[in-house]
Amino acid sequence: MSLSSSSSRGSTRRSQIAGVVYSQAFRSAFYQVILAIFVLLAGYYLYSNVVENLRAQNIATGFRFLSEVSQFEIGERLINYSARDSYFRALAVGLLNTLAVSGVGIIVATILGFTVGIARSSNDLLLKKVAGFYVEIVRNIPVILQVIFWSVVIRNLPPPRGAVELWGAGFLSNRGLTVAMPNADPSHVWMLVAFVAGVILSIIAARFIRRRNDATGKHVDSLWVSLLLITGLPLLVWLLSGAPLDMSIPERKGFSFSGGSTLSPEFVALLLGISMYASGFIAEIVRSGIQATPRGQIEAAKTIGLKPWYITRYIVLPQALRVIVPPLTSQYVSLSKNSSIAVVVGYPDLVNIGNTVMNQTGQAVEAVTIMMVVYLTISVVTSLVMNFYNRLVEIKER
Amino acid sequence: MATSEILEHPAELPPVLASGPWRWMRRHFFSSIGQTLLTIVVAAIAIRTLWFLLHWAVLDAVWVAADPQVCRDAGGACWAVIVEKHRPILFGMYPYDQHWRLVLMIVIYLATVIASLTPACWKRSLLIPMWIASVTAIAVLMFGGVLGLPYVPTSEWGGLPLTIILFTGSVLFGMPIAVLLALGRRAPLPVARGLSVVFIESLRGVPLITILFVAVNIFPLFLPAGMEVNKLLRITLSIAVFFACYQAEVIRGGLQAIPRGQYEAAASLNMTYWQTTRRIILPQALRICLPAMTNHIIAAMKNTSFVIIIGLFDILTATTAVMQDPLWRQFYIEAYLFVALVYLVFGLALSMYARRVESWVAVGRI
Repeated sequence: MSLSSSSSRGSTRRSQIAGVVYSQAFRSAFYQVILAIFVLLAGYYLYSNVVENLRAQNIATGFRFLSEVSQFEIGERLINYSARDSYFRALAVGLLNTLAVSGVGIIVATILGFTVGIARSSNDLLLKKVAGFYVEIVRNIPVILQVIFWSVVIRNLPPPRGAVELWGAGFLSNRGLTVAMPNADPSHVWMLVAFVAGVILSIIAARFIRRRNDATGKHVDSLWVSLLLITGLPLLVWLLSGAPLDMSIPERKGFSFSGGSTLSPEFVALLLGISMYASGFIAEIVRSGIQATPRGQIEAAKTIGLKPWYITRYIVLPQALRVIVPPLTSQYVSLSKNSSIAVVVGYPDLVNIGNTVMNQTGQAVEAVTIMMVVYLTISVVTSLVMNFYNRLVEIKER
Repeated sequence: MATSEILEHPAELPPVLASGPWRWMRRHFFSSIGQTLLTIVVAAIAIRTLWFLLHWAVLDAVWVAADPQVCRDAGGACWAVIVEKHRPILFGMYPYDQHWRLVLMIVIYLATVIASLTPACWKRSLLIPMWIASVTAIAVLMFGGVLGLPYVPTSEWGGLPLTIILFTGSVLFGMPIAVLLALGRRAPLPVARGLSVVFIESLRGVPLITILFVAVNIFPLFLPAGMEVNKLLRITLSIAVFFACYQAEVIRGGLQAIPRGQYEAAASLNMTYWQTTRRIILPQALRICLPAMTNHIIAAMKNTSFVIIIGLFDILTATTAVMQDPLWRQFYIEAYLFVALVYLVFGLALSMYARRVESWVAVGRI
């Protein structure tokens, strides 16, 4: 290109500049810079306001308060704790309580949800309708209302003297749920270890068996081997340690019970509320999973003479699990998030204790940050595990 | 040989006609011995439960009684507690002699909602003026201070109207935020995408309560000294943002279902990003995810009950407070059943409507 005349040089440059300004890349970079600057400025503005307000109200900042003495008691705890312990320990008690109620809640919700979900996809029209009715009720009533309802019901139960007896295994009274429990024994720890070992071994065994089945063409169902390992190993440990059978069975005694272990009214109310609420959603997930296998596949399996159990085990179950597991885990996460309404019934979970800490120290920002970080961690860990599982079970395509 | 074997078999009769009430009963209730047993057991339990409920809730129930003693003497439900306490349950702490305003508010609200759910009214020239008019009317009724109505501050609002305001406010504010977040997450700009992802995922990862704590305890710290935002507004906005994060994921699903060809066709017509989004992409995407969006709208309604924790007087908080009355306290089951029924009616109505919309979408009516 000739650059002889100055005017033509100027116009070229202008058109070059125009070319840059009108280009897609420049524009998108420009918008993004503007957006980033705006967000940073807004963030800085809010941050400086917070600092200013906290200074004006004479509230300390930072996490130093965690090591100070909490000066409040907590009714329910899984680790030792007293009012002389630190805020940090108080929050740890809360976190463990959150994990306890969520863990038990997940088990209860899964059992309830699978039962109802299977009932909802049964051939029996009556059972189907009853299950459908349950699902519509528990899903459409706010979980807080359900928790409050159960808490009031339990509070209005008769005192231990007139407690409702549950088939000889426990009592339901206004003190909560008292159930029979095996007495603590050193073998229990080893049984737990054996259980974990059984789970790990059964995964390895399943792989080995599958490879062997593929190689020899003979069929062994890895499910039975896994079941044997998972239940057998703890049972073996129990037998080897002399089969301790001591149970602590609750009995009415004066104004309370002796023996057994008691789940507090708050715990039971929260547990019932959150797990029944979740069970409605889980039932629908299970139903959609069962329906995920097209009819044609089941008919095809029948045609080649597979027995009903084989159809369930090798045709329906693998496809159902692929549909069920991802939404099921998100229900588990939302159940543990719902446990944060514990404060309405007074169960000392993380949020409840965090709330107390917030009111005592005034350090709302730090207290709420702790709660959020804990729940975020739970969610992120679950979704990582979920992604791993999905990669494991996804349909292997070319 | 094979042929002769076949010929030796007499032709089988055609299957018996598989219809009629007896056949239907047999297929659904008594197809096998196991199923017959199951049916009998379930039917026995169901009939016993229904019989008990019929006695408790209808036959032995007390419907009107000024004195709770009448209820204690009867064996059944005490619906009289609802009759007696319906005003504090439904209207909370709102001044007693002004309750007619709340009744009017609920009527206007329901009329507006029912009208906007009818496809015949889906015209911009009708919907927008209608909503502006009814929101103004509701604001005038709730606040007062004009037209000779005494002023009522938001701190005295309560009961069903408060639940309605929280729910409607969170959906009305939440939907546009949801659309923006979903578009941001699908945007070609990495910065916008990153911000949307972080925002959506971190809010979806925490319980609603922590966000309400932020609205109540932390948000005031964000503002310069002396500036205040109404507590009800803060809480509505926080439920709205929480709702928006879930809804954004649903809308993203809808956006992902739009074939590339739609974008390319719009680009070849020289449409801008916003023209494409508004005229081509969003109308289709929102239609696809309508059913899933309703689920989150119902969830938003149930989520309004979380405000009991931060002391707002919605219908649930009001009921809990009313049930502290020692005279009527023992009839808590009836009171909570009533509140549950209110939520159930709204929730089931919404999900029934969603199913109908789904069928409209399927036949291309909308």
